[in-house]
Amino acid sequence: MQPLTNRSKVIVNKEMSFMERIYIPAIVGGMWTTLKHFFRKPATVKYPDEQRPFAPVYRGLHVLKRDENGAERCTACGLCAVACPAEAITMVAEERERGEEKLYREEKYAATYEINMLRCIFCGLCEEACPKEAIFLTDRIVPSDYVRQNFIFGKDLLVEGVEPEKRIDVTVRQKHIQEKKQAASTQA
Amino acid sequence: MSVLLFLFLGALLQKFGLVAVLFLVTLGIAAYSTYGERKVAAFLQDRVGPDRAGPFGLLQPIADGVKMFMKEDFIPQGSEKWLFILAPGIFIFVALMTGAVIPWGTTLTLFGANIDLQVTDINIGILYILGFTSLGVYGIMIGGWASNNKYSLYGAIRASSQMISYELAMGLSVIAVVMLTGTLSLRTMAEMQSGFNWTVIYQPLGFLIFFICALAECNRAPFDLPECETELVGGFHTEYSSMKLGFYLFAEYINMFISSAVIATVYFGGYNFPFVDPAWLGGLMGPVVLFAKIFFFIFVFMWIRWTLPRFRYDQLMHLGWKVLIPLAILNMLLTGAGVLWFES
Repeated sequence: MQPLTNRSKVIVNKEMSFMERIYIPAIVGGMWTTLKHFFRKPATVKYPDEQRPFAPVYRGLHVLKRDENGAERCTACGLCAVACPAEAITMVAEERERGEEKLYREEKYAATYEINMLRCIFCGLCEEACPKEAIFLTDRIVPSDYVRQNFIFGKDLLVEGVEPEKRIDVTVRQKHIQEKKQAASTQA
Repeated sequence: MSVLLFLFLGALLQKFGLVAVLFLVTLGIAAYSTYGERKVAAFLQDRVGPDRAGPFGLLQPIADGVKMFMKEDFIPQGSEKWLFILAPGIFIFVALMTGAVIPWGTTLTLFGANIDLQVTDINIGILYILGFTSLGVYGIMIGGWASNNKYSLYGAIRASSQMISYELAMGLSVIAVVMLTGTLSLRTMAEMQSGFNWTVIYQPLGFLIFFICALAECNRAPFDLPECETELVGGFHTEYSSMKLGFYLFAEYINMFISSAVIATVYFGGYNFPFVDPAWLGGLMGPVVLFAKIFFFIFVFMWIRWTLPRFRYDQLMHLGWKVLIPLAILNMLLTGAGVLWFES
């Protein structure tokens, strides 16, 4: 029968020759192989000290962005919750009061915004659905916990800080999403 | 009278000092062998190895020792309590005793006194070493039996039968060296190998047999049958914990150190090296050369362990009885013929 690939190896159960039976050449050969590895650079990444950069396609813990003035971008339209295939997102919308313009960008905002991290499948459909560029998946990892309740992340954990050093950079992710959207529109 | 007493006390003090230094060096090397083992294993597998405790992980042996001491010292129910306690003591005692006859150098000149760098030059040095390494079996056997655990007993039986089988071939390969040098004293053997006149040149086969047997005697891979997670849990030290287990593991590294020292002394010229006089640096050059050789052999021991897969038990017995012993006898006969030829 013709083999499908040339990877199959024919096994010959022949008698070993004398040189093969004393094993010394094979042992020396094996030790030479390990010695070469001795001088090779270790493949280890010393994890807590050094971290490998994430790929731009990595989808981790969500962030709710603020605009350049520090106002929350989210307008509680609910498109992310609709797009979410895992139904992980819930929110309660509220109207912006006078004097709250610094806090919320639009006239409507999310009073509560919760993502259940145990339901979330990190597909990234919420960021694609968002018309205000308010939600993004970042390269941060959702921390582990012992209690299920703690995996429901509210606004306290999702909204980024106002201070410039507490802002979370999503430019790489933003660019990636834009390219993806563009590619989709040109295809259509 | 008082002068004689003074001289006697001085000599005694010298010997005690030497014994103390040797004891500490042996323990230190054994401790750092554990670190070296892990580092060598890591490098051979493209890893980094322990590097958290101190710079380059150099404090790792201390951390391990502290951990060992902190563990619960457990004596299982139904075990022979005193034998259970005694066995690791025997094992490490025997391992430590063998260092006494190895000539670590010629003489060391310190504060105007000439110190003989050998604890005792008994004229049957190599026999003493073979004898004491055979006694090591008792530590394993008593420990395995006293644990009242079938896996421990199996491990102990394996260990003892392995050590007994490989001692034969080891002794036979040593006999060839004794025939060649005409002495059993390790000091004389070392002196005869000055320069590059090493025994391994005349005894390559004997060295190979001795080396393989030394691996088996130390219960090291590929002959690490006494410990076997899949079949025997931890082997003879399954029931041991805390520093008793530490003693067993430690003694194995001491054995490795002593075996390397014996190999270096018997086959690789001891403290001799071509174009290097062991009397340099006030006699310190001898130990430096010898320790360089010992460290090389310890590295080879580890290198082999992390390269070769282990034997099956029947293969082990086959190699010991049907390959190494006939080869050792052949080597002995060839050596005898050679000695006769060159003498006549």
